[in-house]
Amino acid sequence: MGRFKKDTVKKTPKINTASLPDIIFMLLFFFMVTTVMRETTLYVRTQLPSATEIQQLERRSLVSFIYIGPPMQSQVFGTEPRIQLYDSFASVDDIAAFVESERQATAEAERPLMTTSLKVDSETRMGIVTDVKQELRMVNALRVNYSTLRGEVAGIR
Amino acid sequence: MARMSPEINAGSMADIAFLLLIFFLVTTTMDVDTGINRMLPPPIDPNAPEPPPVRERNVFVVLVDAQDRLLVEGEPGRIDRLREQAKHFLLNPDNDPSLPVKETLDIDYIGEFDVSRGVISLQNDRGTSYEMYIAVQNELAAAVRELRDEVSREFFGRRFSELTDEDLVNAVRRAVPMAISEAEPKDIGGR
Repeated sequence: MGRFKKDTVKKTPKINTASLPDIIFMLLFFFMVTTVMRETTLYVRTQLPSATEIQQLERRSLVSFIYIGPPMQSQVFGTEPRIQLYDSFASVDDIAAFVESERQATAEAERPLMTTSLKVDSETRMGIVTDVKQELRMVNALRVNYSTLRGEVAGIR
Repeated sequence: MARMSPEINAGSMADIAFLLLIFFLVTTTMDVDTGINRMLPPPIDPNAPEPPPVRERNVFVVLVDAQDRLLVEGEPGRIDRLREQAKHFLLNPDNDPSLPVKETLDIDYIGEFDVSRGVISLQNDRGTSYEMYIAVQNELAAAVRELRDEVSREFFGRRFSELTDEDLVNAVRRAVPMAISEAEPKDIGGR
């Protein structure tokens, strides 16, 4: 006759951790793929305008960024829009050297594909933007991307 | 005897992790840089001869002043009508002699096509706001994109952005060129 043994002895729980590494790796890969490294600290405010006819900026290594907008610390630097290149304020005259240094950092075969992304605050007046564009023309950096968000255009309702 | 707690079943752990992963995958918007691509005109060589003048009927002049007002072909314009006006100019459906000339070209995959010689000339003031400038650029780009869509639909049955074959893309590009030029900047209104 079979006998029912009363199961009084309870064992210590053991969480199966065999899949834990896989989970961690998955998360790791996910964040590795999606994270975009930010190399620069912004000193100017760039509230981008929105547009509908936009294209994605590909090959980030071939893109150099120029930020234009009013300084974040308006008590110190005023509210007049300023240009930021890399990690500091710059003037229009610095753009030629900036483009040249970006060119030197790029393989020669890929230099024609280099793009300059203009991240300009939407309240900025065109004067300073025009100066920057003229300067870019002078150094033959002709591919530009006016950075915008996706959305309806101002003034059209 | 030591009191022991029951074993926790960890078999569903992987499912939970997958759920979380899928949730994040769906909700995360990847920080992609987007914007309007443009080619700046090459610098002017001071020794180069004057370019031949473009005929007046081939130019669609858009001016934006320091108060963000539009002047389209000499008349006050509105941003929400700009797209239609630009399309009408580039298409010239009635062969109006004041609108641009069309040139019949033989384009691969499309055949004989009347390509407009019209150029949109955009000029802004130093005092124009960047937002308005982008709005105008966007409308003009939208006009060209819509015309390309029409051509692409007519010949290939798909929208321009859905074309995958590089040859077909280039054919549509030739049929409807991106003819937006920015005039040399002038300082009219000051800052």
